[in-house]
Amino acid sequence: MTRDERPVAAVPRWVLVLLGMALGAQVALQGTRHSGPAERESLPPAPSAEALSLAAFGERALLSRLAMLYLQAFDLRGLDYDRLIAWLGATLELDPRSEYPLFAAARLYAEVPDPERSRAALEFVHERFLADPDRRWPWLAHAALVAKHRLKDLALARRYAQAIDRHTRAGNVPLWARQMEIFILEDMGELEAAKIMLGGLLESGEIDDPAEAAFLKQRLDALEDARGVK
Amino acid sequence: MPAAILARFVLAEARRGGLPWLALASLIAAVSLAAFLSQVAITESRALQLAVLAAVLRAAAVFLVAAQVAASTLREIDDKGLELMLSLPLSRATHYLGRFAGFAACAVALAAAFAAALLPWAPPAATALWGVSLACEAALVAAAALFFAMTLGQLVPAIAATAGLYLLARSIAAIQAIAAGPLADDSALSRIASVAVDGVALLLPRLDAVTHTDWLLYGAPGAGAYAAALGGLALYGTLLVAAGLFDFYRRSV
Repeated sequence: MTRDERPVAAVPRWVLVLLGMALGAQVALQGTRHSGPAERESLPPAPSAEALSLAAFGERALLSRLAMLYLQAFDLRGLDYDRLIAWLGATLELDPRSEYPLFAAARLYAEVPDPERSRAALEFVHERFLADPDRRWPWLAHAALVAKHRLKDLALARRYAQAIDRHTRAGNVPLWARQMEIFILEDMGELEAAKIMLGGLLESGEIDDPAEAAFLKQRLDALEDARGVK
Repeated sequence: MPAAILARFVLAEARRGGLPWLALASLIAAVSLAAFLSQVAITESRALQLAVLAAVLRAAAVFLVAAQVAASTLREIDDKGLELMLSLPLSRATHYLGRFAGFAACAVALAAAFAAALLPWAPPAATALWGVSLACEAALVAAAALFFAMTLGQLVPAIAATAGLYLLARSIAAIQAIAAGPLADDSALSRIASVAVDGVALLLPRLDAVTHTDWLLYGAPGAGAYAAALGGLALYGTLLVAAGLFDFYRRSV
């Protein structure tokens, strides 16, 4: 791609000045903008799965994951959980085979200090687990641990553990997951239980994504630090 | 064979016009975007990378083909090259089909290059099926852009019409689902709208059923569904070429 060009000297001086000034002004204007995390407005109401499907132009798997990245950008403090759950539901409906919404619900949005919000996220996981138990059991297993150790609600933890045992049928669901209720009833610390579960998931090949493994390792380290384990 | 010579001319023009460099730029942009987005994902980072790559490359292939076909065809019409070609002892069908074959070959080359770029991320068999589907989809877009360029005779309307047809074809299934959904109003107006949407769908190709990112993420589709989807594209491509030929034969050039 070549073209004949006249020398720069052929351009009138006022055009060069205008170009330089406009470029300088543009850079200066953009330079004054805050470059850190933008101050976000509150999470807008979730669109329906049908509306998201229309906006996806057929790329449902992509839009589902991009919507999760969008949700991740909101600060957890002050997040409207009713809207969040609606967003997670629409995202999961867009690509039911994606693990991202349930992972985020169980590992991110349920692990907050506010018990009411935590319960809402856990109930979302439980409700969506029932639609596809053989694929979604790892998130409910984690929900059981959160219910026991964070919420101190043994009855809720047992309900989730029983649901895994009752509803999973596939051969690839490990024995420890089916016997989650025993696991819950044992007098085991949160760190020990999390280590057993993470080890089991890694061993069974359930976790093969490097970002997910790094995120879970980070969470385990944080738990160890909090418990003063070296 | 005159049609093959015309097709070669079209391919040479695309190469000289910088299409390979634009394809390379699209590839670099897609890989960069996918790498950036996968850095912020806390799970499914590889799936996200693959989904972004596949979606961006699909859109790039379709846009590049449509722009190339419309610009090349209209340049030939504006430069009176079409009149010169028609003075040769070639039938109009040979001329039209030769050009279409050249544009379809561009589409196949782009699809092959983009599918090859996905191989480090996706299983080879699924990638091959995705690539063949993209080649068919881009060839159909080439047929649509050629038809609109020849019929409308202006660059912007030709590209706008091609883009409109393409986007509508990709979203018509979602529009039909919304129109027939349980929340849809049961009034007469709503029923008429639903019938109208179904009527429009009859005249569109099922682009929502082809070149799925799901095939790369979750495994190849069933042979029957895949063959039916590509068969639908072949049928619609034939319809567009026939409509283009009909218009071209009626044109008093």
